[in-house]
Amino acid sequence: MSFISLLWVLLLGSLLGLELIGKVPPTLHTPLMSGANAISGITMLAALTLIVKAEGNVPLLIIGSVSLGFALFNVVGGFFVTDRMLAMFSRKPSNKK
Amino acid sequence: MNLPVIIKFVIDLLAVLLLALGIKGLSKVKSARDANRLAAFAMSLSVIGLLSYYLGTSGIAIESWIWIIIGSIIGSLFGAILAKKVPMTSMPETVALFNGCGGMSSLLVALGVAIFPVSGGQENFDFFKSLINEVSISVSIFVGAITFTGSIVAMAKLQGWLSTPGWTQSKVRHFVNIVFAVASLIAFFDLINGNTSSIWLLVIVSSLLGIGVTLPIGGADMPVVISLLNSYSGIAAAAAGFVVDSQLLIVAGAMVGAAGLILTQVMCKGMNRSLVSVLFGGSLSAQSTASSGSAEYTNITSCSVEECALTLEAANKVIIVPGYGLAVAQAQHTLREVTKKLEQNGIEVVYAIHPVAGRMPGHMNVLLAEADVPYEQLKEMDVVNPDFPATDVVLVLGANDVVNPQAKNDSSSPLYGMPVLDVQEARTVFVIKRGMSAGYSGIKNDLFDLSNTSMVFGDAKKVLNDLIGELKDLGVGEK
Repeated sequence: MSFISLLWVLLLGSLLGLELIGKVPPTLHTPLMSGANAISGITMLAALTLIVKAEGNVPLLIIGSVSLGFALFNVVGGFFVTDRMLAMFSRKPSNKK
Repeated sequence: MNLPVIIKFVIDLLAVLLLALGIKGLSKVKSARDANRLAAFAMSLSVIGLLSYYLGTSGIAIESWIWIIIGSIIGSLFGAILAKKVPMTSMPETVALFNGCGGMSSLLVALGVAIFPVSGGQENFDFFKSLINEVSISVSIFVGAITFTGSIVAMAKLQGWLSTPGWTQSKVRHFVNIVFAVASLIAFFDLINGNTSSIWLLVIVSSLLGIGVTLPIGGADMPVVISLLNSYSGIAAAAAGFVVDSQLLIVAGAMVGAAGLILTQVMCKGMNRSLVSVLFGGSLSAQSTASSGSAEYTNITSCSVEECALTLEAANKVIIVPGYGLAVAQAQHTLREVTKKLEQNGIEVVYAIHPVAGRMPGHMNVLLAEADVPYEQLKEMDVVNPDFPATDVVLVLGANDVVNPQAKNDSSSPLYGMPVLDVQEARTVFVIKRGMSAGYSGIKNDLFDLSNTSMVFGDAKKVLNDLIGELKDLGVGEK
């Protein structure tokens, strides 16, 4: 991909992000933050790329692996913790009966 | 285009679509949980897409698999365990920690690419050939490092491991941070000029900048900072996307970065603060020490749990104002028992939720939801404020700054202008509090001096337990 088209991707992605969140009720501020935070762990793909392309370079493999670990810690933990928070909201209607 | 490229393209497109839908759904109560799962699914999909692409093209060496598996298992395991074990009360710290690790990941990727560009003799890593890659590596390192150290400092401060050092409140900190910022810029340009060794300077100085910027911030501003750092981690991911040439990373990173900025803005609005004053204004307490003239309390009324129970029994309408103290004492379930008793006696009970009650927006909602408080009983500040004059009893549980009338009455107060709950309008206010210590902002609370305010001293959980006993003796809620 050429640099210019990557810039387009950046621009459109930013606009999409700005557009997606209109009105957020304060209740959801924490879960939304934590969910978006989990998505930012998408750097795991970069770490994977690094490992795959390392071609036997051990220090690079290690750096990639550590980076992958940090990213997955972010992703897995982030989604789980968000789900735990949101489970408490969605439990409400069924309990009221 | 061959098959693996086409497959990867389709999967990436699908992943972006699902991620966007996920973020969108997360901003609505009804769809939030499914949206979160959708986003998680999209992330797994993107991994499958990437791995299948490499399997179909260059192949993946055994040693790569080994390191992939090691990293994945360790990271996922720790993340899952922490996410399951951490109490609801420490959510803000946890989000900060996760966020910091995301930043660290981007930093490491950029470092890896920068340090070992040609060491294997392969042409895969001649990233450094183009200016663009040098710039994106530098940005990735810069933002990643700030995100990491900033988040860790935020976490440590929220955990109480770290307090706000005095020097950070003076003007010195601006000077120090400017030095760090300038040094980062120098390292940045040096790096772009091809001087690879200055990469370490960049790592160190931008790490220090992250610490220097976050350390002075305190009080209710902390959630805003975490949200902003969250936005940064998105930007770091996008920068890493430029480094490894991945559109998916750029889109996802940009989405998180932009959405995080909007969320930060929304939070600032809730506190009537501007982002600039949050970042550069320092913590509130420092400014307040200057106006220490009214720091002494003159008219404190303390009362027993018994009196409190008697007043509650006679009330028609009760508003509960929860705050961080409730979270610390883990008293949400006990509180729920108290309010159940009151409701059984026909007393109307409502919870008033200030946008920044606790240490993070929505903190109280999560906590009360955990204790099975019906969603409809939680009222936002603007909705509940007109109700206070018609309210018999207000119970303030571990909240402080958000009920300080100074914010309305005293233009010299650092809190002035922050929207607060007008609890003093109610007939009687009970403040359940461990002692006379100030709130997180360190500012005296004028509410405590008012004649219709009574203090009930004690740990929130213990006081509420005693309250249940007293209410039982009065026969409340036992029909």
